[in-house]
Order: sequence, then C-alpha cells, then structure tokens
Amino acid sequence: MRTRRFWMMWVGYIGAAALWYASVKWIPLASFRRLPDPLTVASEWLSPNPIFGISVFTHPYYLHILYSTYRAAAAFLLAVLLGVPLGICMGWSKSFHQYASALLGLLRPVPPLAWVPLAILIFSGAESAVIFVTFLVAFFATTLNTLTGVKSIDQDYFRAAACLGASRKDLLFDVVIPGALPNIFTGLQIAMGAAWFSLAAGEMIAAQYGLGFLIMESYNLIQFPTIVIAMATLGIIGFLSSALIRVLGARLMRWREHSLGLPA
Amino acid sequence: MSIGPAQTQVVSSGALSSVGGSLSIRDLSKTYEPDGASVEALKGCSLEVEAGAFVAIVGPSGCGKSTLLNMIAGFDTVSSGEIYMDGRLLAAPHLSPRPGPDRVVVFQNGALFPWKTVLQNVSYGPMRQKVLSRRQALKKAVDLLRQCGLAAVTGSYPAQLSSGMQRRVEIVRALMNDPKVLLLDEPFRAMDTVSKTTMHQHLLDMYRMSRKTVVFITHDLEEAIYLADRVIVMTTRPATIKLVITVKLQRPRHPKMLFCQEYLDLKREAADSVHEEARKAFERGEREQA
Repeated sequence: MRTRRFWMMWVGYIGAAALWYASVKWIPLASFRRLPDPLTVASEWLSPNPIFGISVFTHPYYLHILYSTYRAAAAFLLAVLLGVPLGICMGWSKSFHQYASALLGLLRPVPPLAWVPLAILIFSGAESAVIFVTFLVAFFATTLNTLTGVKSIDQDYFRAAACLGASRKDLLFDVVIPGALPNIFTGLQIAMGAAWFSLAAGEMIAAQYGLGFLIMESYNLIQFPTIVIAMATLGIIGFLSSALIRVLGARLMRWREHSLGLPA
Repeated sequence: MSIGPAQTQVVSSGALSSVGGSLSIRDLSKTYEPDGASVEALKGCSLEVEAGAFVAIVGPSGCGKSTLLNMIAGFDTVSSGEIYMDGRLLAAPHLSPRPGPDRVVVFQNGALFPWKTVLQNVSYGPMRQKVLSRRQALKKAVDLLRQCGLAAVTGSYPAQLSSGMQRRVEIVRALMNDPKVLLLDEPFRAMDTVSKTTMHQHLLDMYRMSRKTVVFITHDLEEAIYLADRVIVMTTRPATIKLVITVKLQRPRHPKMLFCQEYLDLKREAADSVHEEARKAFERGEREQA
C-alpha cells in the first residue's frame, strides 16, 4: 500500500508539472506566455552558472534562505514563549481571560501587514519590523489554540487530581499542560504556516534579504525563473518546518498514538 | 433523622471500624440557581453509613444522585444540612468544598490521566500528597496492581486498555491513597452485561481486600442489590430518600446468588418503587445529566 501511495504522489507531482508546462507552452493565452516553464526553472535552479545569479550552487541563494529561516524561527519561538503561557493563563484564570480577551479581540482582526509602517517606526528598522509582523500572526494562533486546549480539558481530570491530593501547581503541570498539548500543537502548526506567509509578505515590503525579498526583486528585474525558485523554496521550507513540529508533537504525545486500542 | 425502619439495621464492619470511614449525612439539600431560576436537586436527605459498609444509591437518571456524591466528594457546595465523616464536619453551607484523598471518586466516564501510564496514574496520589517517596509509591503501585491482576498493563497508557480494565485501574488508583470512603459514580454505566458481571466480581474482590466504606451510585437496581449491604432508593428530582433496603446476602457474593430466593425477594420489594420513580422522571421528560 505504501508503495502505491508513493507512486500516486509522484503521478500527482508530474501531472501538476505537466499542466504547468502545457499552460505556458501550448495554451494560447497572452498572460501565460511570459511565465517560465518548469524545465527552464529546473535547469536554472540546478545550474552551476545560473543566468540570473540564483541557484543551488550560488552563495546568495543560501543567504536568502538563512535570513528567512532566521526571521521565521525567531518570530515563531517568540510566539511560543509568549503565546503558550498567555493562553494557559487565560484558560486558568477567568478574570485574566476577561482582560486579555478584550485586548486580543481588538488587535487580532488587524491584518498583520497593516502593522508594517508602525512596526518600522517602533523598532526603528526593517529587520525587527519584519520579525514583529511575522511574530504577530504566529502569536495569535498559538495563544488562541492554547486557550481552546485548556478550556476543552474534561473537568473530571481536575476533580480526579484534586481528590488525589494535587496542589494548584500540580494541576498546572499534571493536568493543564498535558491536557492542552494536543491543541497547543495544532496551534503551533497553524502558527508556523501563518508565520511563513506573513514573513514572505513582510520581506517583500521591507527587507534587504530573504526569499520574499528575492521574489519581489526578481519581479522588478524581470528574472522570472528566480521568482519560481524562491516560491518553491518557500514551499519546501514551510513543509519541512511543519513536519518538524508534527514529529515533535507525536514524540511528546505518545499516549495519543495508542488510541486505536492496540494491545500493549 | 429517621428514614424508615430499615435504617435501624446496622451493617457493621467489625474490627476495621477503628480505621474510620463512617458518613453521617444530615438533612442535606442542594438548590442550583442557573439563570435565576432555582432548581432543587436534593431535598432533606439523611443517611448514616457505617465504616466499612457498602451502600448503593439507586434512582432514575438525573435525579440528583451524583449531586449527593459531589457534595460528599467536596466538588460541590451544600445548600443546607451537613455531612460528617467520623464525627468531623466535612461539608456545610458555610464551608467551601474541598476534595481530598480520604474520599476518592471513581468517575462515570473514567478519569485516568490519558497522558500518564497505568503505573504513573496509580502512583500519582501518594506521590503528590508526599506521603510516600517516589520509589515507595511505585513499589506500592506495582504490588497493588499485581494483587488486582493488573501486573501486565503497568506500562500501558489508558487508551490501550479496554474500558473495564480502565475502571479497574482507576479503582486501584483510588485504593492507593488508603481512602476512608470510596465514591463510585456509576462506574459501569456504559458496559455490556458480560463485562459488568466481571467488573462486579473485581469490585467485590477489591472491596473484600480493602474493606473501605463504599458509596456506589447506580441506576441499576439489580447491580445495587447484588453489590451492597444497603440500597438507598431515591425519588426523582428533587431527590429524597424513598426507601432503604437492607441486603443480608452473605459475603463473598457470587453470581449464583442472582437466582436465590432472598435476592429475588429483595428485587421484587424494591422494583415497584424504583420503577415508579423512573416512570415519573420519564413522564417529566427529564434530561439525562452527565
């Protein structure tokens, strides 16, 4: 079964590439004609001497990846460090929830990119501003999912722990955190995805390096294959970072893997 | 505090009464006030439970049995009346409710921590109360699990076990704390008849081993008579005590007793009043309360 799924996946990839090729090469639409076809992109991407200066063999390519990864990682870590405790506190204390949810309710609907100018003023520089904007979306996703996680814990676990002599601190570590963990990790997955799309947009507006910047710059310089290379790279890194969280979550929540009732 | 002639029957646990675990429930009432409208859940209940006795409380679903249990457990406030344990005031309107390891609850839907293994669950109580070191708690847990025939599952997570097995582990987790009273809130509710019969034997074995006071909530009359020394039949909401039946079937109980004359007589005696209350509850369209 596994091999079959593997081949079906490749059929999907090849089909998509073929569709792309066909739409560029054969479909008589003017708007598609200027797009690079998959072969052009692949040969540019893998060329030791790329026409537009960006390929797996060039130094700047990795510099852009490094910048984007660093920003996404910094924003994501900051979001986890602040968002998870905030979400737990909101789930834990009713009055805290009321204070915080008023603030979150006001700030969350503001689109992250709308923050860019203010962020540049506040942090006096594009670098921190881009990280801030990226952080913001990841932070909301993390906080709200953590809150949902704490709220969804069955009351009986708290009662059982209280019966067994748990203190308030014990409840936090023995019930709240493990009980909210599945939702926290859902939040982290969403946060990671949201961080990358916000990051790419932020880099297009205000940055000197990074994959989002590369896309915009290649557009301005009419280096179309490079646009696609940067887009594909963003896709791959985004996929890998989500996979990393999935693996980490599965490791931390081994108790959930057994829910199928397999014997010990 | 008299609640009928059956109440004068004392079920003594003999030598173990010094360990404690007697409950005295005096004129207990509970009124909920959701959205302003007050709902009486429990009204003027008085009950004496001797140390080491097995008492079953039977009533239609949603009648307020669990409310009574929650007040004994310390999950819920008392509107009027008092509960004493071994002569010490446990719950009263002016006291804020406090659960504790002297009255451990086994929950209707099970509340083993899914993120802890069986061993971690069972050793949890003594470790958190700091009455045993980690090492001692683990050793006691392994011993107790072995005695209860659960040695094979110590390393498993609850989700890997059948629901019957989970319930047994949960009862062992409760017994680990050496509670004075074991409070069982319809623990076998969702089980099929065969598993239930097996669970009854396991519970009776554990009861014989530990001789704790047991308060067992159920809506199943047959189960109540088979397990308990005394069966308290409750009316539909507001719950009051309708009937108290003393069960003199000898222990250890055995499934064959389900066909003996004494058991059948008790069942006949109680069935009418239980069914009457169930019908009333049904006609009022009472919702099941989880």
